[in-house]
Amino acid sequence: MIKGISLRQMQVNQTGTVVSVRARGELGRRIRDMGLIPGKDIRIQGRAPLKDPVSLRIMGGTLTLRNNEADYIFVEVH
Amino acid sequence: MAITIALAGNPNSGKTTLFNALTGARQHVGNYPGVTVEKKQGICTAENQIFDIVDLPGTYSLSAYSMEEVVARDFIVNEKPAMIVNIVDGSNLERNLYLTLQFMEMGANVCIALNMMDVAGKRGVTIDVEKLSLLLGLPVVPMVARTGKGRAQLLKTVADHVGSRPAPLKISYGRDIDDTLDEMEERIRSDHFLTDQYPCRWVALKYLENDAQVLEAGKAHFSEIHEWLSAVALKLSRHLETTLDTHPEGMIADQRYGFITSILKQGVISHTLDPNRLAWSDKIDKIVTHRFLGPLIMIGVLMGLYQFTFAYSEVPVAWFENFFTWLGDRADILFADGLLKSLVVSGIIDGVGGVLGFVPLIVFMFLGISFLEDSGYLARMAFMLDRVFRMFGLHGASVMAFIVSGGIAGGCAVPGVMATRTLKSPKERLATLLTVPFMNCGAKLPVYALLVAAFFTDHRAQVMLIITLISWVGALLVAKLLRSTVIKGPATPFVMELPPYRLPTFKGLAIHTWERTWQYIRKAGTVILGISIVLWAMMTFPQLDTQPVSNENAAGMHTPVAETMDPGAAALRHSIAGRMGMAMEKVTRYAGFDWQTNIALLGGFAAKEVVVSTLGTAYSLGEVDPEDSTSLAQRLKTADGWGPITAFSLILFTIFYSPCFVAVVCIVKESGSWKWGVFSMAFNTLLALSLSIVFYQTATWMMS
Repeated sequence: MIKGISLRQMQVNQTGTVVSVRARGELGRRIRDMGLIPGKDIRIQGRAPLKDPVSLRIMGGTLTLRNNEADYIFVEVH
Repeated sequence: MAITIALAGNPNSGKTTLFNALTGARQHVGNYPGVTVEKKQGICTAENQIFDIVDLPGTYSLSAYSMEEVVARDFIVNEKPAMIVNIVDGSNLERNLYLTLQFMEMGANVCIALNMMDVAGKRGVTIDVEKLSLLLGLPVVPMVARTGKGRAQLLKTVADHVGSRPAPLKISYGRDIDDTLDEMEERIRSDHFLTDQYPCRWVALKYLENDAQVLEAGKAHFSEIHEWLSAVALKLSRHLETTLDTHPEGMIADQRYGFITSILKQGVISHTLDPNRLAWSDKIDKIVTHRFLGPLIMIGVLMGLYQFTFAYSEVPVAWFENFFTWLGDRADILFADGLLKSLVVSGIIDGVGGVLGFVPLIVFMFLGISFLEDSGYLARMAFMLDRVFRMFGLHGASVMAFIVSGGIAGGCAVPGVMATRTLKSPKERLATLLTVPFMNCGAKLPVYALLVAAFFTDHRAQVMLIITLISWVGALLVAKLLRSTVIKGPATPFVMELPPYRLPTFKGLAIHTWERTWQYIRKAGTVILGISIVLWAMMTFPQLDTQPVSNENAAGMHTPVAETMDPGAAALRHSIAGRMGMAMEKVTRYAGFDWQTNIALLGGFAAKEVVVSTLGTAYSLGEVDPEDSTSLAQRLKTADGWGPITAFSLILFTIFYSPCFVAVVCIVKESGSWKWGVFSMAFNTLLALSLSIVFYQTATWMMS
């Protein structure tokens, strides 16, 4: 059972806590290098004009990722 | 003896600003051998010592996935710098320390330059510097690189700590991983497995992290131990999978962050404001990346960049051109008529002048792009356009290169190719730099103008629009084709940072612009000189025997061909280029091109403007000014075999065929291999020829 919902399903301005990152290899490492790891709070900042990619706020910085990359990140919504 | 100091840190942490502040004008830029990652180096004298400062590429970690990471890691391992100055963004401490930790795990001698203390203060972040230094066991110097605050203290600290060799940091990764690491470390130590290069525990850690570079080195040197280590790593991986539903890689990263959090929580950092509150940078983003306003603003910014680069560089470009015209005139007077004069004037001065004439344009373009990049807007553009460009196997940041190359008619592929430097993903970057030459650069416009004026008088605007659309659609489709064949591979993850908006420093912009421009002058200049001499020779030799003018009877010695043409065209026909043009007619006639056109297209390899002037010579008009081609248009209208179909076939060919040599040289330099330069010449020309032939044959068949 996967806890939380995938980051893709989150709405703009919604906040939550990352519960798991299920990506491996290069993508998984990139995501972690940027500080997207379990336990961190995030807020969806906005989406690009074509709804993809998405930008989010974490640890005082702004990150962007594509929807198909957001699929690997699970978040417990506040 | 200079002491080597490496400067390392995350992108956007202020590394370049610190590097400039430390080295000033005493720096030079090159590439790391074999890769296109920039290598910046400079000298700094302080505390009676000479420091040789190497600016490592900006990275978030040392995981050996990107070129930047490999370069940074290899430098530390192989060159063993006396110290690593790790520049850390104080307003984003938690994530920045992730890289610091990896240096410490490698056993490097690290000193932290805690930058942007002013920004941190404004964000309500207070950092207990002494406590951080104590807990990490490293010297930490607070500073503001932009204003130079803390620079002296940093240099003193570096001088004091240079040469010490701390033991590699040992982090606990939890019981399972720690036990496995101990077991692996013991075997690595006793068998001296890669120990002359790396610390023992670090090698073990890399086996658990599945690090391609270390695994490969291990396999090559000691395959037996390599197999054993891989087996141990796999066993642990399975164990973690079943018990904790995770894998070593993820767990190691999480524990590293855990280690950082535990340090920061011991009173090192305190927030008086919510770190995730909306900063003014986010408020700007609400407008700048807005669904409807965002694209409009972006079009405005691009038009502005374009105006700045191409309109304002016009005057200085004209100065350079005038200078070379003047130089040509001087040479014209100085040298006696003959081959030497022709070589100096047509070969060397015109050829080198053609390259150096671009210099003001390059300066303006890099100034504009550096501004957009340093201010943080470029990242927003990539963010907004990524979805569209991804469909064609490109990256959001590709748009800049396309626009500069002539996406809005009138750019130049040379700065366009160089602009791909802002793309960090290698495959998308290669696909971009191979397709930008399809755009309508300023040199192709006279060719289009000539043909449209001669054959599509009533539909000028429509035809120009069609040309622009064809070049865009063509470039995107070719990018897609390349990305699904020769540059195959999945899209690079788009996980990237949107840095806060910042006002770029003038010094940073100036240094950035100058170093790029100088690279262009030096590298492109030398190759182009050689190529323009070769082209000159091809259009000059072998010569027609027209010497004995003084002898009245000599007139009878003219060849029949020469009698029907003016001497310039006859000489051109007789030259190597002319013979090639005629030989090529066997194929090109299917596209509607005669030998005169072929010579013009050959000339277009040097620079596309040459197409018009060479057509002029070949059709016996003598010198033709590319800007004013009405007489040539009249001439072509009535020439044999010419009509709207031929004209459009030639337009198609001009859009797609080989980039000019300056662009090819830049492609070679940016891709790091001659292979791609040759590829772009051969592939583009073949593509252009096929399209022209298909068009010409279909159109002629439909008209008949």
